[in-house]
Amino acid sequence: MKLTINGEQKSFDAPSDMPLLWVLRDILGMTGTKFGCGIAQCGACTVHVEGKPVRSCMLPVGALRDRAVTTIEGIGASPAGARVQKAWLDLEVVQCGYCQSGQIMSAAALLTTTPSPDDSDIDAAMAGNICRCGTYVRIRAAIKQAASQRQS
Amino acid sequence: MAASANTIDRVSRRAVLTGGLVSGFLLAFHVPVRAFNEPVQPPDDPAGKFAPNAFIRIDASGKTTLVMPQVEMGQGVYTALPMMLAEELDADFAQLTLEHAPPSDKLYGNPLFGIQATGNSNSVRAWWKPLRTAGATARAMLVQAAARQWQVDPASCSTGNSLVLHKASGRQLSYGALALAASNEVPPKDVPLKEPKDFVLIGKPLKRLDTPDKVNGKAVYGIDALLPDMKFATLKTCPVFGGKVARVDDSAARKVPGVQNVVVLEDLVAVVGDHTWAAIKGLEALVVEWDEGPNARVSSQDIWENLRAASENEGAVAKSRGDIAKGLATGDKLEASYELPFLAHATMEPVNATVHLTPDSCEVWTGTQVIARVQLQAGKAAGLPVEKVIANNHLLGGGFGRKLEPDMVIAAVRIAKHVDGPVKVIWTREEDIRHDVYRPIYRDTIAATLSDGKIAAWKYRVSGSSVMARWFPPGFQKGVDIDAVDSAIDMPYDIPDFHVEYVRAEPPAVPTGFWRGVGPNNNVFAIECFMDELARKAGKDPVVFRRSMLANQPRFLAALNLAAEKSGWGKPLPARVGRGVCVQPSFASFIATVVEAEVDENGEIDLRRVTCAVDTGIAVNPDTIEAQLQGGLVFGLTAALYGEITIDRGRVQQSNFNDYRMLRIDQTPVIDVHLIKSGEAPGGIGETGATAGPPALRNAIYAATGVALRRLPIDRAMIAGGKKA
Repeated sequence: MKLTINGEQKSFDAPSDMPLLWVLRDILGMTGTKFGCGIAQCGACTVHVEGKPVRSCMLPVGALRDRAVTTIEGIGASPAGARVQKAWLDLEVVQCGYCQSGQIMSAAALLTTTPSPDDSDIDAAMAGNICRCGTYVRIRAAIKQAASQRQS
Repeated sequence: MAASANTIDRVSRRAVLTGGLVSGFLLAFHVPVRAFNEPVQPPDDPAGKFAPNAFIRIDASGKTTLVMPQVEMGQGVYTALPMMLAEELDADFAQLTLEHAPPSDKLYGNPLFGIQATGNSNSVRAWWKPLRTAGATARAMLVQAAARQWQVDPASCSTGNSLVLHKASGRQLSYGALALAASNEVPPKDVPLKEPKDFVLIGKPLKRLDTPDKVNGKAVYGIDALLPDMKFATLKTCPVFGGKVARVDDSAARKVPGVQNVVVLEDLVAVVGDHTWAAIKGLEALVVEWDEGPNARVSSQDIWENLRAASENEGAVAKSRGDIAKGLATGDKLEASYELPFLAHATMEPVNATVHLTPDSCEVWTGTQVIARVQLQAGKAAGLPVEKVIANNHLLGGGFGRKLEPDMVIAAVRIAKHVDGPVKVIWTREEDIRHDVYRPIYRDTIAATLSDGKIAAWKYRVSGSSVMARWFPPGFQKGVDIDAVDSAIDMPYDIPDFHVEYVRAEPPAVPTGFWRGVGPNNNVFAIECFMDELARKAGKDPVVFRRSMLANQPRFLAALNLAAEKSGWGKPLPARVGRGVCVQPSFASFIATVVEAEVDENGEIDLRRVTCAVDTGIAVNPDTIEAQLQGGLVFGLTAALYGEITIDRGRVQQSNFNDYRMLRIDQTPVIDVHLIKSGEAPGGIGETGATAGPPALRNAIYAATGVALRRLPIDRAMIAGGKKA
């Protein structure tokens, strides 16, 4: 099987029903994408497929075909991803950090489609990502900061 | 001063010590197998380094490594503790490398527990003096070494940014250049510590050292351990607590591609595969018949009846002053009982452990709040002496008390006995929720009398499981669990006749453990809910009522006044919107919180705003303190709105985030945290928000609807429209 992940071609053997999450983590050793619930309820496993946020815990790898995958390890290469990462550090969003790969992937996808999100856009895009440390107040502020930096 | 991603080395594991301390220096060491996705670091050989104590290593290149006795689970100790060390060491904060401490109660035992444990919001409090002393002592030895080389009086030298300076002659030497010479210096005794006015790091909102790798996927949690030729496993424990495996048909499971082995133990089954997916699919294909055992009929109803009956008994006295019988016999009397449910921890990182067992060694990779206990228990489970066990700690994807337990490591070792090579055992979210060690249910009863609008007598009985009796027996004495009554006996209000007692009541079947906020969560909920009911009975505003009994508590009073002011307390609100206040004496911090919430006609709650005023003594990193309160409040409000584990036929009924719900960003209000400047020693902060949220929300609902809720989670039916009292 072949996939393009963060712009690189990867070849591997995996059953086609295997969720992308486990291909990334267990076969390719890319552990930045996290397992949280296994049923697309928490968003910790969020990656981009052709730029759109997808829960990799329920995405069979065989369904991807030739669509490009971006993970937390590669999101910094996109302008929106880099701005989100910087805002996350500037505002010190992160606590335990376990959910933040997914939060950042959802936020970067939001800024790509909605460069100046308002609170309801943020709610709609981010409500699928649980943070048990409760960093939501700062996530909201950091998304706004990342958005404003694009415009300035 | 802030550290950036490229100047801070990764938080890494350090070599495991197998030797003890000799003359303050570490002698023997052992290099464990390194997970291959972890950074390559030279073995931590203290030889050739300045290693004046268990916490500081400076090599000849100047590389300064700080060994963290407390583990990072989001609360910010991998920034606060380095700030305390570097403050007195005068080290360059932007050039620090951090390492997880290896297991050693002797070297890294929490000074407030006596064992190596991260909990009770006490990392900063416990290490406030020891770490600054360690830094100051190391600094003095570096100064002595420089002064000896220069033939000058050490008192004429100064330090800063990892340099010793001699201003009179314009000379300077780096800590790296002095490392070897400093190793030969005798550590001075009773080295003086800086006055707070001289702090250059402590008190500043410095950037966290652990976060750069948490935004790019590089941070390594226990669940991320990868080893050559490792296998992946997942497990299912008997759904009924205490039940056993009766029969297993593994024929279908073994046919699943990638499945390597099926492990059947007394109480659980596990499937081992080439990857986690094979293990999950294999487990789904496994046909297991359980012997459900004696708990097969236990239900929440039985458990509550059991606790309610026990709570009618007299308890062991935890604190008593005045004449409680006389005090309760006169005046306006009110009595109420409050009940809190079982809760799961639901750390975002599901419970996991990786183990490599050989006939004469055991190596463990996990993220734990108790690494020494993990090492000990892994040895017992493996049947090996503790010195044959290497236990590697990691960053924790949430702790909240769940990882004060070593059960996941014990299970992984038992499974690893049937696996050739290393195996990573991951609990699915369903297993994580259904086989947690739960926050106990509690029932608290308070009776009080009012006289002249103030509380004259207060009799408070706490009933529930004693976590201390199991986890830390010195904390359970003469029938009293010191954690279960922690904030009950420290209640700040001035009450003449005062009595607190504790009834130990262990629930059948359900294992209980610490949860973020531990005992104070329960105490503060009962106390602050009842305070509002008493205020109403006395015809007083809740803030005014509390204020009238805090005259001798200036720090609480200041927090209450600030929270009231910043929240707009007393300003008019629309119908079905209320403000609720909570004052809490937990974890040696002084905190007041106001929640403003609206209750709609269906009893659904809109959190409008939270305001928190906190005096936590010297705020080592004010930014972290704000973040911990914001996050802790979300954690506590989540529990108040949704948190409940229920039992039916001996099983936990919840399983995942669909039925064990979490607060999400679209429900999260503005949370303003106001720090009160203080020169007192630091207090604890990590759990305080979790404690503050539920009573403040409940009191807001009480104000909005007139309904005095006495149980959590919040019962929407009780507060649906038209119930304004």
